[in-house]
Amino acid sequence: MIAVVDYGVGNLRSVAKALEKLGASVRVTSSASDLADAQAVVLPGVGAFARCMGNLEEAGLREAVCRAATSGKPFLGICVGMQILFDHSDEFGRVEGLGLLPGHVSRFEGLPRELKVPHMGWNEIKLRGSSPYFEGIDDNERFYFVHSYRVLSDDEQVVAAACDYGGSFVAAAARDNLLATQFHPEKSQSAGLRLLANFVALAGEEA
Amino acid sequence: MLAKRIIPCLDVKDGRVVKGVNFVDLRDAGDPVECAIRYDAEGADELTFLDITASHEKRDIMLDVVSRTAEQAFMPLTVGGGVRVVEDLGALLRAGADKVSINTAAVINPDFVGEAARVYGSQCVVVAVDARRRDGQLRLAEDGGGVDGAPDWAGTWPELLVDKAGNDGWEIYTHGGRRPTGIDAVAWCRRMEELGAGELLLTSMDRDGTRDGYDLELTRAVADAVGVPVIASGGVGGPGHLLEGVTTGGADAVLAASIFHYGEYSIAECKRYLAERGVVVRV
Repeated sequence: MIAVVDYGVGNLRSVAKALEKLGASVRVTSSASDLADAQAVVLPGVGAFARCMGNLEEAGLREAVCRAATSGKPFLGICVGMQILFDHSDEFGRVEGLGLLPGHVSRFEGLPRELKVPHMGWNEIKLRGSSPYFEGIDDNERFYFVHSYRVLSDDEQVVAAACDYGGSFVAAAARDNLLATQFHPEKSQSAGLRLLANFVALAGEEA
Repeated sequence: MLAKRIIPCLDVKDGRVVKGVNFVDLRDAGDPVECAIRYDAEGADELTFLDITASHEKRDIMLDVVSRTAEQAFMPLTVGGGVRVVEDLGALLRAGADKVSINTAAVINPDFVGEAARVYGSQCVVVAVDARRRDGQLRLAEDGGGVDGAPDWAGTWPELLVDKAGNDGWEIYTHGGRRPTGIDAVAWCRRMEELGAGELLLTSMDRDGTRDGYDLELTRAVADAVGVPVIASGGVGGPGHLLEGVTTGGADAVLAASIFHYGEYSIAECKRYLAERGVVVRV
């Protein structure tokens, strides 16, 4: 079973349905024990960083998410569900994240006028190193992004893919079986489904 | 580089596609879900549903359409039409929409946009703006006190109103382009960005349905005035118009309906056309 963490933020249906389409059994859940029992965990997230962190705390899921993300089982954070895995964010003043990955979140700034914010649409990612999550995915493949804040990290070891939008930022971060993507694989048509299929396979959930 | 987006738009009424979508080999071309799956397969960059259902009682049908679409088409989905309160956004987002567009409700109460952005984030708040070129006529209200159709809050933000003396620019309309508001389109778009809109869907009511191409001056004026992405809409008759929209018009995305629905041009064909002329698209 793959657990999709439900903590009151955003569209969980798309990612759950995409995983089901790929043959996984999925449980959308806000139960800590489901996160512990699951073969793999997905942490979605949209909207404000502080709200996502706040909701996670209120749902009493902070510890369970941290344990799942460091347990070695496949774990996927998406969009703000990626961002909160990092140290902190500048959104509405400094907000602490979960600190599981090194780096911080800040707004796009100093962009030329023609680069609009939010960064919205299909952009190319540059793969760094080799991650099993990106098997079968070409370098420079396009994924769907929609965000105004982005992750910067000095630790090249965790950067699985970079994206350029008036400067390079972290499009995907990976450590062991943890993957975090700024883009939305569940909205990225065939490229996104390929990444999710790799995730399902790593979770041993393939039908 | 970020690709320019091509977005087909489907008008949906009581759960059925209207305006004669004509996919020859679909089992049910009137089913918005089947159309969405088709556009997904064709490589559309996003999809927009405009709900033109008149009766409030039938609005739940759209939620079902959205959720069935989100289960089968793994692409970004925007839904608009009849969104009146913040809970309408929440319901659509939970059903599987990624973005929700707000039109008339923003004009009645601009703070609605801010509230929606605070609750759900700017990234999912699209403000749809229907604009017409001013015709040089100033319509004074019957009491002679102001511009006809101006909303209740007009006195608070007089800078958003069209210039009473001037004939330039564009005025925004609500209720499907039928009702004038006295609000200047470019000033309005700026204000919507300030309040938290994450994207603007800009439709020229002069061009809508004409197949003469986008109002490029309007598109450029708004694209230059705001820092959020702008989707050009209204008037597309062929791929050349999509090209103009992103080049001369400066739009970040181009929306079209009939040229795709009638099978005149495929999404892929349009993308090839743009790519051959140096526009970055996703192929």
